[in-house]
Amino acid sequence: MTTTESPDILRRILDYSARADPYPLYSELRETPVALQEDGSYVISTYRELTGILHDPHLSSDVRNLSRPMAAAEARTTPSFINLDPPEHDRLRRLAMRHFGPPHTPGLVTGMEPDLTATVSGLIDDFADKQQIDIVEDFAYPFPVTVICHLLGVPREDEPQFHVWVNAIIDSLDYDPKTDPKEKLDNGMQATTDLREYLGGLLEQRHGRPGDDLLTRLANDDGPDGRMTDDEIVSTANLLLIAGHETTVNLITNGMLTLLRHPQVLQRLRDEPDLIVPLVEELLRYEPPVHIIPWRAAYSDITVADTVIPKGSQIMLMLASGSRDPDRFHDPDRFDPDRQDNQHLGFGSGIHLCFGGPLARLETQIALTELVRRLNRPRLVADPPPYRPSPILRGPIHLHIEQS
Amino acid sequence: MTSADTLKGFKRDGRVVIVGASLAGLRAAEALRDEGFTGSLTMIGDELGEPYDRPPLSKQVLTGWVPAGGTTLPRRRDINAEWLLGVPADGLDLATNHVHLADGREVPFDRVLISTGVRARPWFVEAEAALDGVFVVRTREDADGLQRALAAGPSRVLVIGAGFTGSEIASICRERDIPVTVAELASAPLVGALGAVIGDVAADMQRAHGVDLRCGVKVTQLEGDAQGRFHRAHFDDGSTIDADVAVVALGGIRNTEWLRDSGLAAGPWGIACDTGCRALDLNGLITDDIFVAGDVARCPNPIYEYRLISLEHWVNAVEQAQVAAHNMVSAQADRWPHLSIPTFWSIQFGVNIKSVGVPTFADEVVVTQGSVPDHRFVAAYGYQGRVTAAVSFNNAKWLDHYRQLIETAAPFPPPCPTPDEPVDAKPVPVDFPGPTLLAQGATVVVTGHDPSERRVTAAWQHR
Ligand SMILES: Cc1cc2nc3c(=O)[nH]c(=O)nc-3n(C[C@H](O)[C@H](O)[C@H](O)COP(=O)(O)OP(=O)(O)OC[C@H]3O[C@@H](n4cnc5c(N)ncnc54)[C@H](O)[C@@H]3O)c2cc1C
Ligand code: HEM
Repeated sequence: MTTTESPDILRRILDYSARADPYPLYSELRETPVALQEDGSYVISTYRELTGILHDPHLSSDVRNLSRPMAAAEARTTPSFINLDPPEHDRLRRLAMRHFGPPHTPGLVTGMEPDLTATVSGLIDDFADKQQIDIVEDFAYPFPVTVICHLLGVPREDEPQFHVWVNAIIDSLDYDPKTDPKEKLDNGMQATTDLREYLGGLLEQRHGRPGDDLLTRLANDDGPDGRMTDDEIVSTANLLLIAGHETTVNLITNGMLTLLRHPQVLQRLRDEPDLIVPLVEELLRYEPPVHIIPWRAAYSDITVADTVIPKGSQIMLMLASGSRDPDRFHDPDRFDPDRQDNQHLGFGSGIHLCFGGPLARLETQIALTELVRRLNRPRLVADPPPYRPSPILRGPIHLHIEQS
Repeated sequence: MTSADTLKGFKRDGRVVIVGASLAGLRAAEALRDEGFTGSLTMIGDELGEPYDRPPLSKQVLTGWVPAGGTTLPRRRDINAEWLLGVPADGLDLATNHVHLADGREVPFDRVLISTGVRARPWFVEAEAALDGVFVVRTREDADGLQRALAAGPSRVLVIGAGFTGSEIASICRERDIPVTVAELASAPLVGALGAVIGDVAADMQRAHGVDLRCGVKVTQLEGDAQGRFHRAHFDDGSTIDADVAVVALGGIRNTEWLRDSGLAAGPWGIACDTGCRALDLNGLITDDIFVAGDVARCPNPIYEYRLISLEHWVNAVEQAQVAAHNMVSAQADRWPHLSIPTFWSIQFGVNIKSVGVPTFADEVVVTQGSVPDHRFVAAYGYQGRVTAAVSFNNAKWLDHYRQLIETAAPFPPPCPTPDEPVDAKPVPVDFPGPTLLAQGATVVVTGHDPSERRVTAAWQHR
């Protein structure tokens, strides 16, 4: 039997006290691959069941298909394609991909390599002489923000403004009406409106103007699928702006943390720079930025491991647990950059597979390679470091290190 | 070879011969070394040069993007083999365990893998097939010749046969802005592989891209000019068409003639084997040291009622090679069955077509997701109420789900609606043109009366 009630484990996972090390709880959770919760939602935590359901056309990303409406702020606006199903999802993703990768725009990401390296070097120059560094504030945050702003055509100077909005939105993702103050939701909703208004303002200036940034190209594109409406462009830009940095910050930070916890690997990376490619894949498995996809819906009855999940149910996908499933990965709690056949769930799977994967990989590869090359005998100041509140996009809020 | 010691000895210094040095042969050789086989390895192949990949030959090579010589298969590891290339094998002696080569050489083995694949079915009139401008596409020389002919800017290309290869070639012609006529005996392109419903979609696609598609017709004659250059084709309805290039895409012939007297269950349908890729002999008994992989193999699939199925699919060749290699160096108890669900892909007219399962093993088909007019959809195939295959047009990401449905014998039609369900999702009869492999005449006869005497002989030996 795969379905039993284990609300307790999930609650402990979501509780802030589990943030530094949720993995033993995931292991307990996996004893029930498909776990029905008290509130009628289902939690899926094993690799095989996760990949199965991520490829199941009956699984919907559109929260309007939930029988009980969700509370989070995101639910109240025009959805972006991460929260849509085919055919709308496919059309919008294709329209966005036209300006981001093959087949229409091949070589965009690889062509960014010199710029990325320059940005990274500049940031490291600024703290190279300091003894105390906060990897998050000084490096892992500013780097991907600069990159995604540049790509989208969002002025970098506006960052302090949208930083506040993005934080409020992410904070509200796991809003629980039973335990959280209503303020948390209201803040998220206000921030969503403000950020959309801000992006809408930028978009207005881009119509009919030439330019290479994504906003301008989306505003003036005429491909085989036509053009996005302004509302769709704003939703897409909103999605790319948030997805484009919040996750990468955590991957870079988790990467540095993991390397400092595995000094032999850190040394190896210094000697063998090519190790970075499999190493980043292993990080995406071992310490992924996205732990949970919280809001999937059963469009109609879905059968998973002999359990029928009824139409309209909320389904939580525990990606980070799946990537530590011993039935799929040998010795899963070991950080092993030489791991073969590493089909982790770090970027999800199926039609919503991360749109920015190639960029995120390259950013993290360059960031970690340069950090390791240029820091002088780095040491962790506190282990574990302090974590951000979110159990969904999980990562340290600061990572203080010292160097000689 | 039963005891653990003999197996160990074989793995250490046994002799393996692989006949057919292409995709299946090379991958099997690599897998043998991966498995720790350190004995001698001999690769016999009638083609010269490095093993190469065929799918690009009707795609990137014909657009001119990739030169015909540029599809060499990537090597996954060193195989340390002796290569005997440029000479075909013309016999297999199971009494003495030797492969005979056409130049008289004999190559001894302890175990042999047969991966001689398929060759293109030539135009049925030899003199017409020899005309300048008449092509088949199976080898890189074929593709090179056709690429040059296309680059010369022909006034029109005639493609005979609208299976996958023919349709891909027609697509390339349109991409290169070359006028093209496609002649197909069935009611639509791809009908033999995917049935009439999908065939109609393929027909729409071809016509929308400006192909002059003629279905239900037979080409009866290829006519040359005084210089021996192809210039006109005649159809069975009395019409003709002028063109400078004719591509004969009428499928393949399995390379089994060289096994005529071997005593193996080899014929025009391939070489029968078990799921462990061990060949059957003429009597249908399993052999121990003879293995088969790739397009030439005819292997039972439990999912499809244990029917023997031959597949001309790239993935199948790679997977069978892996299984055959493993089983060649493993004891009976450690052997693997080849149990995967077939998959196939094709790219034509800007559409990525992919299938899982065996679409011909079906009585009904239903479009389950997407939109047929937009050429973005998934169709599921069912046989007696269970899912047996699926085909996607520009929607390949869903096929893993359908593979699971096939593996679990899920009910057909799939009962629950999906967000992207077409308005009219009703199953219809699949409508195949009929069993194509029947009517080839008898291949064997059975003689003897007592159970101890009953034997099969090949029909050609009997006559
Ligand atoms: C133009 C084209 C396009 C294709 N496109 C696709 C596609 O898109 N997707 C897909 O899944 N599959 C495709 N295929 C099929 C795929 O290429 C085959 O499944 C694959 O090549 C099978 O490999 P094999 O090693 O079994 O056989 P082969 O590649 O046919 O190799 C057999 C080898 O044995 C040699 N040989 C034969 N007889 C003898 C003998 N007596 N002695 C010595 N050597 C011998 C042959 O010359 C050949 O080199 C395509 C094939 C072609 C021709
Ligand atoms: C390490 C960094 C990153 C991680 C771990 C990550 C992870 C993920 C995951 C797990 C999903 C699947 C969500 C779902 O199925 O609902 C996803 C989707 C997405 N990601 Fe990322 N991501 C990262 C970086 C980026 C970047 C840099 C961008 C933009 C440039 C980006 C843009 C997107 C978009 C647009 C989607 C939605 C795709 C769709 O719905 O089709 N991501 N990401």
